[in-house]
Amino acid sequence: MKGIIYILLLCTAFFIAVSCSELLPPAPEPETVLAGPIEDLTPQQLRDHLIGDAQFGRIFGQEDGLGPIFVSNACESCHIGDGKGHPLTTLIRFGKYSGGIWDPMVEQGGPQLQNRAIAGYPPETIPGDATGVTRLMPPAVTGLGFLAAVPDAVILELADPDDSDGDGISGVPNYIQPLDYFIPLPSHIPSNGKYIGRFGKKAGAIDLLQQIVTAYKEDIGITSDFDTQDNFNIQAGLTTGDFVDDPEVSAAIVNNVVFYVRTLKVPPRRDENDIDVIAGENLFNQINCSGCHIPSLVTGFSDVTALSEKTIHPYADMLLHDMGSELDDGYTEGTALTSEWRTAPLWGIGLAEDSQGGSPFYLHDGRASTLEAAIGFHGGEASNSRDEFHNLSANEKEQLIIFLKSL
Amino acid sequence: MLKIDMTIVFILLLLTPIFGQQDTSVVQDAIYDRPFITSAFPVALGGYLEGNTNYFSEDGVSEGFSMEFRRFNIFLYSTIIPRVRFFAELEFEHGTEEIAIETAQVEFELLQALVFRAGIIIVPIGAYNVNHDPPKYEFVERPLEATKIIPTTLSDIGFGFNGKIFWNNLLFTYDAYLVNGLSDGIILNDQGRTFLESGKSEERFAEDNNGSPTFSGRLAVKSLKYGELGISYYSGIYNSFQIEGEIVDAKRSIRIAAIDFNTKIEKLIIQGEFALNSIDVPKDISDIFGTKQWGGYIDIVYPIIKGNILGFDNSVINIAVRLERVDYNVGEFTETGKNIYDDINGLSFAISFRPASGTVLKANYIHYWSRDALGNPTVKTAGFQFGIATYF
Repeated sequence: MKGIIYILLLCTAFFIAVSCSELLPPAPEPETVLAGPIEDLTPQQLRDHLIGDAQFGRIFGQEDGLGPIFVSNACESCHIGDGKGHPLTTLIRFGKYSGGIWDPMVEQGGPQLQNRAIAGYPPETIPGDATGVTRLMPPAVTGLGFLAAVPDAVILELADPDDSDGDGISGVPNYIQPLDYFIPLPSHIPSNGKYIGRFGKKAGAIDLLQQIVTAYKEDIGITSDFDTQDNFNIQAGLTTGDFVDDPEVSAAIVNNVVFYVRTLKVPPRRDENDIDVIAGENLFNQINCSGCHIPSLVTGFSDVTALSEKTIHPYADMLLHDMGSELDDGYTEGTALTSEWRTAPLWGIGLAEDSQGGSPFYLHDGRASTLEAAIGFHGGEASNSRDEFHNLSANEKEQLIIFLKSL
Repeated sequence: MLKIDMTIVFILLLLTPIFGQQDTSVVQDAIYDRPFITSAFPVALGGYLEGNTNYFSEDGVSEGFSMEFRRFNIFLYSTIIPRVRFFAELEFEHGTEEIAIETAQVEFELLQALVFRAGIIIVPIGAYNVNHDPPKYEFVERPLEATKIIPTTLSDIGFGFNGKIFWNNLLFTYDAYLVNGLSDGIILNDQGRTFLESGKSEERFAEDNNGSPTFSGRLAVKSLKYGELGISYYSGIYNSFQIEGEIVDAKRSIRIAAIDFNTKIEKLIIQGEFALNSIDVPKDISDIFGTKQWGGYIDIVYPIIKGNILGFDNSVINIAVRLERVDYNVGEFTETGKNIYDDINGLSFAISFRPASGTVLKANYIHYWSRDALGNPTVKTAGFQFGIATYF
């Protein structure tokens, strides 16, 4: 009888424990995480998003086709929690000017360095005659579907190649030669057979399909139906070395990942109504940071209703701007000058460190560890705004930084 | 940090035998220390089964409630002639999802101190790998150290010797074998980290991937008063460095060192194990695939009720707690000089009911704290499990 009582007591205690939700970890507050689908997806779209999510997180091993030369082994490795990357997975690209023409040094393994390799295989090194070498920190991928849905016409409307308004800012689009699998949308506006690039630090990719196919191949060494040729270390005279049949992933898998990235939510805002955040935003506009980091854009029609005709706040204009000599790595893509960079969307910047190990790495190569330092590196078309930032009072600078961290 | 952790481990190891109590079983005999061995027939048949429920939540996201039939294992034992014995264990995991011959060995007892063993053997690295039957434990989950650092159950084709030597109320046991060893999948696998489990190629039962046998051995001392203390070592080449006799890669080694103990303090049972792996990894991928990893756990079990419960004679209700930690990648990033995290800490509680010593009903609560390599915000996973495991 005594034993039965003990058991009943123990069971009761345990079931009380089971019912206590405190014992199960709660979800983090939605505004503190980047990952998650956009609202208003249909159940079928949500299912497709989750299928893509699994593929985005898939880690490739040597037996899955990883490499033979690569940078990372999964999409998620570079974009942890869909956020910004880390120096561990920074991409290194190189090239040189030859007779005034940009040479991406394809014959020497360019333009991207694959600095890792499968066992027994040599990784690439940067050729000694490369004149331009840049390091590219992986960006956050949240909200990219909305950026993809911004019509070319909106981007062109923001362009001011001759600085006709005299504000010192002259954004230009980067026109990119499309790859053979590119399918233009009605919202694309070609120019001499080229299309406006909008993804990548130099806006070198026209759409997310190109970005993701290229990332599979150049970053992970994974071939797909869209690009069946693996990278080999031609620097070492190797034209083989991966024993997995190509393509290593199907078009369906690539499309799943494209859909996943398209349907990620926009980075959440925090403390929007905080007095310092509001004051900081006013200063941001006042010193014309918003000249390039355009606060609001409107998407066009999209086959995904949840992306269609939405007002978004990426703080970007998708255009190239001359950022001055300090940010000129001597490397370029498409029609961009070596000193030109696509305006980086600022949304999500306040959560950057949560995917970077608690220590933020700002700017295209992660060289700035604080937002103040990042602003200090701005030159060229951003010189005026940078100087005005330096002229702000300490309190005003702090307010502007608080605003940026609320994004 | 590692030095501090290991210091704590050794202090615990030194303290625990002080309170020891009598117990005559040794880890080395774990494969025979099962109920079936008492069968009256010349070929004994036995085994165990294990199943459980799962309800977990990771950072507020739960897959809900599910049931899992983990293992159904069958033992075969035969004394072929005196001092020559055969033992085999066939394992079915998750129904027929994975079927494996875990053990199929023959032993020739030349002396009690010199027994020759050959076949598919349990590799003597750590005590848990040798002594891992679920009816023996109060927790549904195996310790992280015994799955993520030492890939329990690690069996392999090989041969070697074991034996027992009694001296001054102490029982010394040894095991020393050559096996084919783990293979290339330790790195560049689909786990994205150095992971010994992925090096358990099925081909190891057919041939060595590199023609270089791996050594594994364990030395232990058992005091009837204080308990058992064991040290074990595993060392070999894991990669396919040659193809058809031509050298195509550098030889890369794997070394595992482990220390294990079990003791009783009055009614309190304490057991634990700590393991340190050292793996040669190509320099260009060593940030991702760690060259050093370690893990450890301590289980503390206390019987709160013994006697006739619900009509089961000699039944026991135990409570238990497990503390554990694994660090998959000990070191710093070359790019930043900052610590590589990639670790898990765990805390588990159990209440178990044993109507017989070889049958156990378990109720567990588990909480894991995981950090990725960069040390981003900790992922918290917790959940409840109810399990049953029994020998038959």
